[in-house]
Amino acid sequence: MAAKADRQQKKDGLGATISRGVRGFGHAVSSFFKEIGAAFSQGDWRTRTSFIIMGFGCFTRKQFVKGLIYFAVEVLFILYMVFFGAHYLQDIGTLGTNLFDREWDEANQIWINIPGDNSMLILLYSVLSIFLCIFFLVIYFSNIRAAWQAQQMQTAGKKLPNFKKSLLGLLDEKLHVTLLTPPAIGVLMFTVLPVVFMICLAFTNFDRNHQPPGHLFTWVGLDNFKDIFGGNQLKSYTFFSLLLWTVIWAIFSTFINYFLGMLIALMINKKGIKLKGLWRTLFVVSIAVPAFVTLLLMRNMLQDAGTINVLLQDVLGWTDAPIHFLTDGTLARITVIIVNYWIGIPYSIIITSGILMNIPADLYESARIDGAGPWKQFTRITTPYMLFITTPYLITQFIQNFNNFNAIYFLTAGGPQTLAYYQAGSTDLLVTWLYKLTVQWQDYNLASTIGILVFVICAVISLATFNLTASAKREETFQ
Amino acid sequence: MKNSIKARRRFGNGVVYVVLAALGLLWISPIVYLVISSFRAEKGSFLDGYIMPRGYTLDNYVRLFTDTDQFNYPRWFLNTFVVAVCSCIISTLFVLMVAYALSRLRFKMRRPIMNIALVLGMFPGFMSMIAIYHLLKVINLDKTLVALVLVYSAGAGLTYYITKGFFDTIPKAMDEAAILDGATRFQVFWKITIPMSKPIITYTVLTTFMAPWLDYIMASVIMKDNYQNYTIALGMYRMLERESIYEWYTAFCAGAVIVGIPIAILFIVMQRYYVEGVTGGSVKG
Repeated sequence: MAAKADRQQKKDGLGATISRGVRGFGHAVSSFFKEIGAAFSQGDWRTRTSFIIMGFGCFTRKQFVKGLIYFAVEVLFILYMVFFGAHYLQDIGTLGTNLFDREWDEANQIWINIPGDNSMLILLYSVLSIFLCIFFLVIYFSNIRAAWQAQQMQTAGKKLPNFKKSLLGLLDEKLHVTLLTPPAIGVLMFTVLPVVFMICLAFTNFDRNHQPPGHLFTWVGLDNFKDIFGGNQLKSYTFFSLLLWTVIWAIFSTFINYFLGMLIALMINKKGIKLKGLWRTLFVVSIAVPAFVTLLLMRNMLQDAGTINVLLQDVLGWTDAPIHFLTDGTLARITVIIVNYWIGIPYSIIITSGILMNIPADLYESARIDGAGPWKQFTRITTPYMLFITTPYLITQFIQNFNNFNAIYFLTAGGPQTLAYYQAGSTDLLVTWLYKLTVQWQDYNLASTIGILVFVICAVISLATFNLTASAKREETFQ
Repeated sequence: MKNSIKARRRFGNGVVYVVLAALGLLWISPIVYLVISSFRAEKGSFLDGYIMPRGYTLDNYVRLFTDTDQFNYPRWFLNTFVVAVCSCIISTLFVLMVAYALSRLRFKMRRPIMNIALVLGMFPGFMSMIAIYHLLKVINLDKTLVALVLVYSAGAGLTYYITKGFFDTIPKAMDEAAILDGATRFQVFWKITIPMSKPIITYTVLTTFMAPWLDYIMASVIMKDNYQNYTIALGMYRMLERESIYEWYTAFCAGAVIVGIPIAILFIVMQRYYVEGVTGGSVKG
């Protein structure tokens, strides 16, 4: 059953899955509200009181612990809102109006600091409060449902489950609740909440000139997006130049990397080559060293006075002057791509050599009988077969390289810096630019805008290609 | 005729050997040079006009563990180890829980949850680092190791996909038999599925254990200037800053060798599962 559903999902592709998911979700929502409506129109006074006093229905039907828990949640939520949340939520429209100020205290002859609003905290706590509201609503409706179900069971003459039984149910028929809740809380707190917060920042003017607590920032609508799409020439030039470079970088370090790795794997797997284990180990050893170590090592060796230049100049005598591997804009771009091959190709070798051995030998056999040479076998059998199996891997690889922070940051830190760009260097990817804008320059609004755009680009690329490959798979080329 | 084919093949193989040897040399020499530099007696980040060091010493290794005022390598190593162990336990549990629920249990929100997870997974993680930092500051956990553990493991539930694929391949008949015998679904999960999933658990444990050793970006945002709580990657990056690189470069190499050894061992153990992992189990390498 599950396998069938999953196969169905793969066949339809991602778009259809999502649209079905949305439809299913809508259906679930409508049936949910019907139930709540029924609880209100047909419920007795105990069920209806649960709309105001949570847990009332359960409590008066002798589900004491359950009822008390619901009630406690309501009390805690109201306390939180009254003493904390509401204070921040009412400022969300302006993100604060009172600046930090000082006042001369005539009586004591001192300056008194009057703390102002902190836009950042207002936004953060508001987002947090909205999350808590949603969470509370979920519990609120589950309280009504519980009361309604208890009433129905009682009318039907069934015995209501006591608290101990409900707890045991969490390990059995409701196990999914137990298993999913802790990870879901983690994801909500450390993924969803920060992402929502950052999306909000993209619509504010939270840059280096508007840093709380000394200054306030506020909503500016789509200004940051307008800046990037032409409004601010420097920023938009930087964005599109870096986007172009990021795409070039991702293509080079994904596809060419993959083919070079496949070639080496083919050489290692070639019939009659001995010591296959030794060759493979030679390449794989480099994976075992942490990437930040090798990248920092490479950075050091590629300096103007570094080992490579010493080797070329003094030992071998091939060059007279040092080559500016990392300090010349264009050369630096080439260098980072090549160094990234050194890091990436061993991974490609591992991945491809496993799959290469799985290609059915009779495919080659019949090709040879038909007179196909090695090149033809490579382009007509090996390549299509490999692409067929590894497309999902290649897509994730592409996205990873698009966001490959480490390779650039450790090698060049985005440098060499250039004045043509807004706070970026020639080798900066969009991600390293984003990192610099947040950590070094505190232009949070611009950084969040870039983050959203990067997300949109990555999501479109992966959705489109997943869909394309899903339709390609329907042709059942290799079955 | 036959001879010429044989000769051609031998020639072809000869070319392949030469290419492989050249490439192999290219790949292995930086690592060999790293090891050599870690025993180098001369200071500085590079040698002036020659390549092989003229003197060798063990001091670089000794120094890492004795001269800890500025760069507290043993402390960082311990920090990273503790963070790695904790986050690896939590992450692995989270991944197994989510994967099992989505693979084996049937409930209304199953599909919507999977779709939401898919979209969430596409947000670049570093995008939210500033928000995470302020969030941690609010609960007074910024610049602490606990924060690092939380950051590395809280989102782990989203990476359930490979493990779910593995669970999907375990025959369902076993579960059903156990439930007929009166086992609860939790017992099925804990006593039947988990013991049968050794390979995928090994894979998850090793990948999540390795992450803190390799991460720089999150650690740097969270720790800021709190040297005592640095992780290895962060601390070693500081060694190569302009003020300290001359004094500390060879020690950096020694430190790299020390970190490299456990990671290399883990990787060799994991290699078997790695291919299966990234290709979603469609290939047995």
